[in-house]
Amino acid sequence: MFSKPSTPRRAAATATAVLTAGLALTGCSTGGDDGDGTLNILMDNSEATGRLMQALADAYMEANPDVKVELEIRPGGSEGDNIVKTRLQTGDMPDLFFYNSGSLLQALAPGQTLVDLAGEPYMDVVTDTFKEGVSAGDAVYGVPVGHAIGGGVLYNLAAYEELGLEVPTTWDAFMANNRAILDAGGAAPVIQTYGTESAWTSQLFVLADNYNVLAAEPDWAEEFTANEAHFADTPAAAAGFEHLQEVGEAGFLNEDFASLTYNEGLAALVAGEGVHYPMLTNALTEIEATDPEAVDDLGFFALPGTDAANHGMTTWLPGALYLPQSTEDQDSAKDFLAFVASTEGCDAQTADVSVIGPYFIEGCAVPEDVPPAVAQLQSYFDAGLTAPALEFLSPVKGPALEQITVEVGSGIRTADDAASLYDEDVKKQAQQLGLEGW
Amino acid sequence: MTTTAPPAPRQRRRDPRRHYPMWFYLPAGVVYGTLFIVPTIASFYFAFTRWNMTGAEFIGLENFALFFSEPYLFQGLVNTFVYGVLTSGLKVVLGLLLAVFLTSQIIARGYLRSVVFFPTLVSVVGVGITFTVLMDPEEGLINRALAAVGIAGPGWLTDPDLALFSVALVDVWKGVGLATLIYIAGVVAIPQEYFEAARVDGATAFQNLRYITLPLLRPATATVIVLSLIGGLRSFDLIWAMTQGGPGFTSDVVASVIFKQYQAGFWGLSSAGNVVLFLLVAALMVPLYWKLNRKEVEQ
Repeated sequence: MFSKPSTPRRAAATATAVLTAGLALTGCSTGGDDGDGTLNILMDNSEATGRLMQALADAYMEANPDVKVELEIRPGGSEGDNIVKTRLQTGDMPDLFFYNSGSLLQALAPGQTLVDLAGEPYMDVVTDTFKEGVSAGDAVYGVPVGHAIGGGVLYNLAAYEELGLEVPTTWDAFMANNRAILDAGGAAPVIQTYGTESAWTSQLFVLADNYNVLAAEPDWAEEFTANEAHFADTPAAAAGFEHLQEVGEAGFLNEDFASLTYNEGLAALVAGEGVHYPMLTNALTEIEATDPEAVDDLGFFALPGTDAANHGMTTWLPGALYLPQSTEDQDSAKDFLAFVASTEGCDAQTADVSVIGPYFIEGCAVPEDVPPAVAQLQSYFDAGLTAPALEFLSPVKGPALEQITVEVGSGIRTADDAASLYDEDVKKQAQQLGLEGW
Repeated sequence: MTTTAPPAPRQRRRDPRRHYPMWFYLPAGVVYGTLFIVPTIASFYFAFTRWNMTGAEFIGLENFALFFSEPYLFQGLVNTFVYGVLTSGLKVVLGLLLAVFLTSQIIARGYLRSVVFFPTLVSVVGVGITFTVLMDPEEGLINRALAAVGIAGPGWLTDPDLALFSVALVDVWKGVGLATLIYIAGVVAIPQEYFEAARVDGATAFQNLRYITLPLLRPATATVIVLSLIGGLRSFDLIWAMTQGGPGFTSDVVASVIFKQYQAGFWGLSSAGNVVLFLLVAALMVPLYWKLNRKEVEQ
């Protein structure tokens, strides 16, 4: 009886079992690697991250020939945030991953998903400024990769020289420069890039204005987090939206702002087709990747506010490497983290990628001959005129800001309307995080 | 040795109409249940929770209240209707005309039929990216061609008033092949006797179309309307590939609003959005389907 060739009933049952097993398997993890000497690291697709991580991986593999470091690329922006959250949630994260510090990290529920590195010996040399950006409570989660970043305006040095302009220290002076550039003809005063995948670049007028907001309202970040102050009812905070509306209405934007992409915007700045580009300084790494000489043609100044005597810069922390709790071989992952958080680590980065700002690891030296924009960035640090961006002071950051600022820059929505719309957007994030008072 | 107990009746009485046992449904049922029914029911539950990395907390109807207070949701709803009705309507009209044309005696009929059907076979995202390049306001082929004849082309995808319509046109270009195919099948199925009788009565080509082809194509029309309207109302991929709902929120539809909320990590909220979209499509399509099919029976 049992040797009889399988009946249709049994065949169907077998098929069902195989299918069910297959379904169960597809839900399983494929990400981690277990002790065969390969270290998988997930990172975003930007040129800057890619080159820094490649430099670190190469140097580490040279020092440890028996280890293979494999870099896996994911999209950036909100699509990338989604991938990181989903893979963490399903236990499908590779051994290590590179991700933003600040509010985006807080949205990953680090207490449940990441390994606390506070007690690791190699964390001693990581500066406290950085640790604050990758902490939740007493736990510290990330090891910095890359340099301090400033948010402000990258500008074309040749155009400034030609028109005899000076670096503006107030918003009015900035607008006067824009007027002069427009009157001279030939170049757009301000570059904006709202094309494919580049809408995030529209946020800089708002986000990089945080130094000026804090100068006017020192308790802004705490009150904002506690739902006591909002963009719409805080004039200093709403100013960012108004500035964007002003440059748009004055006709200072490049004509193709609606379709230009981030990389095309950088190329236009280098070529002198536009003179100002509100941007983060890590764009310099991006420019260097396509045209190493071009970095020397650019200058940088912080987004100016109302007070010329207090012209300071909003700063961003670089991203960090995080260790998910799901990683099986914690020791080899930690060994790589120890390498990244050492002077060997930053020397490896310096050797392959231009230094665009100070490191967050003690003992890491910045070379003497840096490009002009980096020297200007450094001068804000030296003078102590810096303040962190809001996303490092508050876990609350609304996801729709980039669409809102695109609408303001394009003249679809007014600055007042945009500020109150963003306040609504922020509310959802705060509720999702379960914050008090929302 | 003799057996005492009589053999149990092995054959159970079966419904004579049923040729196969029920458990033949099982493999398909497992796949359908795991991939469709369970997630659907789960999403109805999660729509009532605030769901994040730490777990799901039951919050009642709060997500629905929040979803409907989204300032751009109303715009998204309007856009969804405009998009669905526009693409569906154009597919019906163009599909019918193309089908009548492609069933008449013309040169290279087979070739032209495949040309019309071809866009249906191409990946939606591929089409989206291609047209994004073609519709670029400065560098795109379309505006370059218009400039060559002295017309300043608009920003097809960057003008807030135009973006949704540009995407809808591409959707029609891509989807009209399927509508045409359904209509061709319908036209071919019309018995030639009607046309012969009409010829005897001296009917013109237009009268043929108006009094024979159109009424006898009602089943095909019902199919095309139902398929294209459902497709249009839940359309997402082409819009996302071309504008991501932009510039700003101007070409957002319900599905892209839902997707953005999901991306932002508001999983409960986006589940609520999906429930709303499900009910919306059902509320529109069930009566429409019923009405279209009833007419078909009555004629």
